[in-house]
Amino acid sequence: MANVLIYANQQGGNLSSNAREALAFGSSLARSANGETAAVLIGPGAGTAAKEAIAFGAEKAYTIDSPLLAQYQVELYLDAISEAFEKSQSTILVLPFDRKGKDLIGRLATRSSASALTEVIDFKVEEGTVHYVRPIYGDKAYGEYTINRKKAVIGIRPKSHEPASRDENRTGDIIPLKIDLSEEVIVSTLAEKIESALSGVRLEDARIIVSGGRGLGGPEGFDELEALANVLGGAVGASRAACDAGWVPTSFQVGQTGAVVAPDLYIAVGISGASQHLSGITNAKTVVAINHDSEAPIFKRANLGVVADYMSVIPALTKALKKRMGVNTG
Amino acid sequence: MHIVVCLKQVLDPELPPRYFKIDPETNRPDDGVADMVMDSYAENALETAIQLRDKIGGATVTALCLGDEDSEDVLRRALSFTADRAVRVWEDEWENLDGQAVGHILARTIQSFGGADLVLTGYQASDIEEGLVGPVLAEELGIPCVTLASELAVEGSILKATCEAENGYQVIDVPSPAVFTIVSSEKNVPRLPKVKDIRLSRSKPIEELEADDLEIDAERCQPAVALRKVYVPDREVACEFLVGEDGPELASGLAGKLMELKVL
Ligand SMILES: Cc1cc2nc3c(=O)[nH]c(=O)nc-3n(C[C@H](O)[C@H](O)[C@H](O)COP(=O)(O)OP(=O)(O)OC[C@H]3O[C@@H](n4cnc5c(N)ncnc54)[C@H](O)[C@@H]3O)c2cc1C
Repeated sequence: MANVLIYANQQGGNLSSNAREALAFGSSLARSANGETAAVLIGPGAGTAAKEAIAFGAEKAYTIDSPLLAQYQVELYLDAISEAFEKSQSTILVLPFDRKGKDLIGRLATRSSASALTEVIDFKVEEGTVHYVRPIYGDKAYGEYTINRKKAVIGIRPKSHEPASRDENRTGDIIPLKIDLSEEVIVSTLAEKIESALSGVRLEDARIIVSGGRGLGGPEGFDELEALANVLGGAVGASRAACDAGWVPTSFQVGQTGAVVAPDLYIAVGISGASQHLSGITNAKTVVAINHDSEAPIFKRANLGVVADYMSVIPALTKALKKRMGVNTG
Repeated sequence: MHIVVCLKQVLDPELPPRYFKIDPETNRPDDGVADMVMDSYAENALETAIQLRDKIGGATVTALCLGDEDSEDVLRRALSFTADRAVRVWEDEWENLDGQAVGHILARTIQSFGGADLVLTGYQASDIEEGLVGPVLAEELGIPCVTLASELAVEGSILKATCEAENGYQVIDVPSPAVFTIVSSEKNVPRLPKVKDIRLSRSKPIEELEADDLEIDAERCQPAVALRKVYVPDREVACEFLVGEDGPELASGLAGKLMELKVL
């Protein structure tokens, strides 16, 4: 039997989609291990979010509603979550391996003498033992891991799970935790925040993405992709090679270390299809590849392929689509 | 100011998938055709360390690698980047360590140096992809940790890190000593070492340490997780190639196909 505690990130009483994914993963893990699913919600709004966590599948919810937790602050969050892990008497703590998870997971595990696994995408039970599945070697392989310690902290790769679904009728206890938090533990302070100026659709939310790679040969190639994306009502993305070359900002990067996207249509132009890039489009529905090398690995992931120099195809494609779709602007 | 940068040797991550194979006996990749290279984020960390040292009078960089004899290559490379000192720590029984055990050993190694003012690691090694070593190291040393930093600066006793945030960037201030995990950015593109420095790097010493030289906790040195099985998933999709005489014909064919998809 293993009780699972899920750290569900909340803002103003609402759960993030990463939190709902963690709830889905955590409750199915608890069911397989004949354990209980609990959630922990922290900061102002924790009470409201606790009801949400129960509606999304937690059997009970712990709250730590301290004003000190209003803004993310790594040392305070570490104290709060590790105390909750301790007090809930759970053996498995599940968190999304998102921006905060990257700060927290290794440290929480060290504090609780627990095993840690990150980027987990699935689990299976074999002969009573849970095997956690995670991609390794730049997504070229999957590894199955077991835990050697009594407790474990598991980080879920964002967008690898269907978020839990909501059921108003679920009920469960909400347990406020009294934890002594002190500002004295704060050592890292936020000095400045630079929001990236976003024009148009966020990559993560775009239904259509046109991405360019090193094969574009320079920043000018992205003007052509921009024109195509405009006609399609989509966003522009890029491979790491194109970002590293400085042709587009790093915020355009799709892949393991960039945006993880799941559009209906993904058009990869002059991108070879490295595993680290493909890792960001695992859940894209239709993938179109345009590449002059018919041997490029991208064609093994693409549903539609065009073997050609992109310059001979993209402007003509933009024109053809404009005509067919009756677009006369842009 | 003493900067320690932790470096890892990995299977070349750019190895094309068709050459990538797993040896089922060892659960490790077949390294027949692949090169072993310095992990790319570790290389960004090394570049960051060297740039920072060159801005601060009297600072030194120690390159630290936990690895077998073969990983001397990454330390030679660090020396060719002009790192001041290279240290390799290894025991044969450490074959199957995970990130948590590595974090523990590196922490003890750094303590054996008398500590450090800054400890840099790559954000995530491109082979096992855990992203645990930096945060575990910080916790073991009891010092702050800033993850996903792309730029570092020192202002008096304050270390300033520009890091990736949920929506853009943020600057985090921490007191020294601290651990930073480094990601790639236009500021830390690894240099091309000078021919002279490559030549010099060959004759510089690499210090070697083993378990007995360190105060290691046998418990924490045990892997916290076990890799049971590794396989290459089959994700191949049947690709329909469009046919056409020239660009415009292919474009028109593709436009037709795209119109058939419900998304437009
Ligand atoms: C730790 C790590 C993390 C990484 N994370 C990411 C990530 O998040 N995202 C990512 O994208 N990469 C990532 N990478 C890098 C990845 O391994 C590849 O190096 C990168 O994706 C290659 O980008 P590319 O396909 O644009 O370039 P290349 O591999 O150089 O491919 C260019 C392609 O363009 C084609 N081409 C050239 N000219 C033309 C033309 N005129 N018309 C049509 N086609 C043309 C070529 O045939 C080739 O296939 C990561 C690597 C590491 C080590």
